[in-house]
Amino acid sequence: MSSQAVAAEKSAAEELLRVEGLSREFPLTSGLLEQLRFEGGKLVRRQESVRAVNGVDLQVRRGEALCVVGESGCGKSTLARVVMGLIRPTAGSVRFEGTRIDNLSAEKLLPFRRKMQMIFQNPYASLNPRMTVKQTLEEPVRFHSPGIGRAALGDKVNDVMRSVGVDPGWNERFPHEFSGGQRQRISIARALMTDPEFIVADEPISALDVSIQAQVLNLLMEAQEQRGLTYLFITHDLSVVEHFGTRVAVMYLGALCELAITGQLFSRPRHPYTQALLSAIPRLDQERPSHMKLMGEVPTPINLPSGCFFHPRCVHAQDRCRHELPKLFDSGDGTLVACHAVQEGRLD
Amino acid sequence: MRYWRLFRKSAFLYRFRKDKVAVASFSVLMLLVVMSFSAPLIAPYDPYDPVQIDIMDSDIPPSWQAEGDTRFALGTDAQGRDMWSTMLYGTRLSITIGLFAVLLQSLLGIALGLVAGYFGGRIDSFLMRLADIQLSFSTLMVAIVVLAVFQASFGTELYNELALFMLILVIGIAEWPQYARTVRASVLAEKRKEYVDAVRVIGLNRRRIMFRHILPNTLSPILVISTVQVANAIMSEAALSFLGLGMPVNQPSLGSLINSGFEFILSGSWWITTFPALLLVVLVLVINLLGDWMRDVLNPKLYKE
Repeated sequence: MSSQAVAAEKSAAEELLRVEGLSREFPLTSGLLEQLRFEGGKLVRRQESVRAVNGVDLQVRRGEALCVVGESGCGKSTLARVVMGLIRPTAGSVRFEGTRIDNLSAEKLLPFRRKMQMIFQNPYASLNPRMTVKQTLEEPVRFHSPGIGRAALGDKVNDVMRSVGVDPGWNERFPHEFSGGQRQRISIARALMTDPEFIVADEPISALDVSIQAQVLNLLMEAQEQRGLTYLFITHDLSVVEHFGTRVAVMYLGALCELAITGQLFSRPRHPYTQALLSAIPRLDQERPSHMKLMGEVPTPINLPSGCFFHPRCVHAQDRCRHELPKLFDSGDGTLVACHAVQEGRLD
Repeated sequence: MRYWRLFRKSAFLYRFRKDKVAVASFSVLMLLVVMSFSAPLIAPYDPYDPVQIDIMDSDIPPSWQAEGDTRFALGTDAQGRDMWSTMLYGTRLSITIGLFAVLLQSLLGIALGLVAGYFGGRIDSFLMRLADIQLSFSTLMVAIVVLAVFQASFGTELYNELALFMLILVIGIAEWPQYARTVRASVLAEKRKEYVDAVRVIGLNRRRIMFRHILPNTLSPILVISTVQVANAIMSEAALSFLGLGMPVNQPSLGSLINSGFEFILSGSWWITTFPALLLVVLVLVINLLGDWMRDVLNPKLYKE
């Protein structure tokens, strides 16, 4: 744990990716006709939308693995897709090595595409079923460095396949001839083909068998060590975070609750939501306080609660929480928390 | 080579061999195609060559009948052409028109369907409403109007010269929505899959994503409707020719042969209409049977015992 903290300190200076005030809404009512409705005898035009991500501020430092955790539907994947430029943000900015990339044209984005790659959740859908492994792996390199020779390309495919633990002799096979774990390895290989610096992994192991999960996770950590990769790792599995993450960001309803170094988050969670989340991990030791039960359901992201998004389910909620949206602040030891109660010292 | 190896091992071929109807239909279809396209070699007479036609030979019944002539196995038509030769040439014309009309349909339909499905939004709405409008007219109605107007305004002579191209063009254009809708539906399903996101992350442009990644994954429904559409196009051509708007009398397709014999059916010359009609039925039937079989095989949700 202390080595993680040291690593985090060392890399604190260099920031690779910076996300500021990022929001993304998905309109539910696209046409004008759908927006019109009768309310109290009058025709009103109202636009409804799902607010998937709401004002997220985040920095990813070079060499770290920043894990983003949260329940399903909290906007983790949308955040990953906005960062990768698959979806345009409604507000806010994404900067990579200081350059703003969220508003670039496809052409100007190309140099960044090579440095940023993505690993997807479902290995059964993320490989084109009509292309052989070789075709899949060659495509990104052919596209980004068109001058590359046949032999060099072949060597590169073999090297990367070997490094992810797939026999290069299988490169003429089609995805359906592989198991889920092997497919995920191939999809990691595709991401590594362009020698990226930054990889966004959107729940890369949640579709895999438990026995395979550890292997793939180790593969990702090996690749990080050998190639000096930086990860933005989206997951809902807290035990993976503890094992893998340098820092952790906790999301609830599209907003960040807490951002802390992994060890600190697990030993001393600040935000009431983080506390509840951590207490839900099944443990063998009986001495820990029994787990906190949250009341009610996660509100829909269509009608977000006013003030702090978490207040309807929070035991510490006060009047201020109902009206004022809390901002992330440094609670002393580098942990960023968005909670009025923590700020006012009502907790702990 | 790789694809051939895959094809030989594939379930497709295995299930084809297991299905007697499919094997039989395919054999009959291949026989018809090979025979009709080698018509200049195997036909005893050339129905396009006026020198070989003698008006004195007209209306001879099939050779097994009392008044039959051993020179003409299936008899002759009202102009003295050998039925067997004319049918071979006519089948060749019908199949050619069917194939090229379907080629045109598929080019138009696949391109528009891909664009509609991939870009979505207004382009999609516009193209699909266009398809709806096109579908609300029946193919035959569009074809009759276009061909009749063409014939009336440019004269029958020019029409007879261009009949082949006009038929391909009209049948091809009238049926594009079939393809466009099928392709669009598949594209909508495919473009949400993660492999498309993966290539977008690589930075490929839209055209390459559409044609190299999405299109190959929509091919199986295209294959199925293509077979059915060939049969449909052959039927449409026959119907138009029967109505006198298709191939001219001196270059008869199966439809115009049926039509030319229809006047004589009550005067006893039943063979001029019956033989081409039987051939047409067999041709369309085997293509449709093959199409049905292919639909069952390529759609895993419809597994039959």
